[in-house]
Amino acid sequence: MSNMEKYRNQLINRKNIIVLFLLLAVYGVVQGLFNIGVLGNFYMMTLILVCIYIILAVSQNLITGFTGQLAIGHAGFMAIGAYMSAFVTMKLEGHLVAGLIFGALMAALAGIMVGIPTLRLRGDYLAIATLGLGEIVRIFFLNFNYMGGATGFQVSKTINWTWAFWLMVLSVVVITNFINSSHGRACISVRENEIAAEAMGINTTKYKVLAFTIGAMFAGLAGGIYANYMYFIQPGTFSFLKSFEILVMVVLGGLGSITGSILGAGIMTIGSALLADYPEMRMVIIAVLLILIMVFRPNGIMGNKEFKLNFLDLKKKGEENGTT
Amino acid sequence: MESAELIIQQLINGISLGSIYALIALGYTMVYGIIQLINFAHGDVMMVGAYLGWFCTTRLNLPFLPALIISMALTAILGMIIERIAYKPLRNATRLAALITAIGMSFFLEYGGILVVGPQKRTFPDVFPQTVYEFGNVTFKYGDIVIILITIMLMLLLQFVIKYTRVGKAMRAVSFDKEAANLMGINVDNTISATFAIGSALAAAAGVLLGVYFNQIDPLMGIMPGLKAFVAAVLGGIGLIPGAMLGGYAMGLIEAFVSGLGFSTWRDAVAFLILIIVLIVKPSGLLGKNIREKV
Repeated sequence: MSNMEKYRNQLINRKNIIVLFLLLAVYGVVQGLFNIGVLGNFYMMTLILVCIYIILAVSQNLITGFTGQLAIGHAGFMAIGAYMSAFVTMKLEGHLVAGLIFGALMAALAGIMVGIPTLRLRGDYLAIATLGLGEIVRIFFLNFNYMGGATGFQVSKTINWTWAFWLMVLSVVVITNFINSSHGRACISVRENEIAAEAMGINTTKYKVLAFTIGAMFAGLAGGIYANYMYFIQPGTFSFLKSFEILVMVVLGGLGSITGSILGAGIMTIGSALLADYPEMRMVIIAVLLILIMVFRPNGIMGNKEFKLNFLDLKKKGEENGTT
Repeated sequence: MESAELIIQQLINGISLGSIYALIALGYTMVYGIIQLINFAHGDVMMVGAYLGWFCTTRLNLPFLPALIISMALTAILGMIIERIAYKPLRNATRLAALITAIGMSFFLEYGGILVVGPQKRTFPDVFPQTVYEFGNVTFKYGDIVIILITIMLMLLLQFVIKYTRVGKAMRAVSFDKEAANLMGINVDNTISATFAIGSALAAAAGVLLGVYFNQIDPLMGIMPGLKAFVAAVLGGIGLIPGAMLGGYAMGLIEAFVSGLGFSTWRDAVAFLILIIVLIVKPSGLLGKNIREKV
């Protein structure tokens, strides 16, 4: 069997085809319902926000759930992605794709710069340091008068369901494949036991920074999507409460579970939208739910398990492809 | 204004604000010292204390001191209830689960507070005479003196409780080694409750003083001071009581001087930047001892 054929077999198999078909079905049904007017603008916005939060939650999960680094600065990277992509699309009048790529790359650069010094810290200290860095980013944009400062910055809306959905799929696929690669396994070994991983010859600092940078990059991408969808960005949106919200989604779904993060992001975003008329009640309900889940099911909904389509396989095969 | 006078003026402002931060930071550091939990709800406990103080002064027409004491007592009970309901079941769970619960509790107090008292800002009544002492161009408000004195008294009281009472000894023993303390016949649960009660009472005092200092309170007032007080606790060395005091005053002074130099929109960023530098250079804080991690 030639290499080409092997790759083709890995890429085109029953499971991947089913997943692709399901994704197309979800995409098509939502787009169709929107076109004939069943889904109003509010529901569309909720669904696009679900996509954005899925990217954020999955990338946070890569850092916290898979690599075991408790970083609470995701909103800061999201802010960098949002502002930098808006800089390209509005100030330079560039294309949306250029804006998204620039935003994601700047967030990744910030991730490297932040990651190298702070990832030497452990546990709570890392959490505090990243929380502080996220706040510094927010305060920087608050004083960044070139792009509106505290009053916010107008961005024209260029993102639609097609962009949001397929960028979300792309992000999830890239992160899942990263986790299933040898680099991803090295990240998991850092989570399981850092000292043992180091003794096995794994450069733990390198993998921590790598996971952190990839996470930051996708947070930047999510920020870019957010900026180019919401008409308007404001530093206050990217406060540490946003980071908490993302962390809550990840923990709710289950640390170390990609499908859990997707579920967590979906539940939280749709739940928030349903209770949008009672903003205070919504936060109280979220808070009570959070406490109850942590007290009675501290591993989240999915634990570290994945929802798999294995039950669709009539012929049981020995190989695991790891697609969800 | 002369530069020397400017410095003295900011010194006074910084010490007043720093006293409040130090009081909040003490609660953070005591809870962290005993159960290694970052109690993110602590700032919101402070907010509840501020509202109780406001209620006592405006609705019950009590003078300042009784209002302060009632607020501290009720908030202490609230702190114990929070610990029993939310944190105690998670004592053996992962650190992250406890942290998320603390975040949940923080949201609950903030938005539950909005539901109960409404989101609008409320004016704290003038509980002190509005006397202003002037030395040249340096102004010294009556309120500044009260804040500083009350803080120092509470800190001395806390030192006394920790050093010389049974509860204080038990607290030190539990934070040193929980299991050994248990074997020595110390009731660990009650000691942890007592820690939350003392920390929450100090936070309530800080809340009332903060209300007096800024003249207004609102249900989300606890977020930023809470975060900064936490930074103060880390700056001084988390888990250490003198560290929290030092860190609180350092934060207050830094904030006052950054504002005084005309960068008031950057003052929070400077506070966090200092935190990060301290964490990278000396993660155990200014007064902390470096502990090597065991395999």
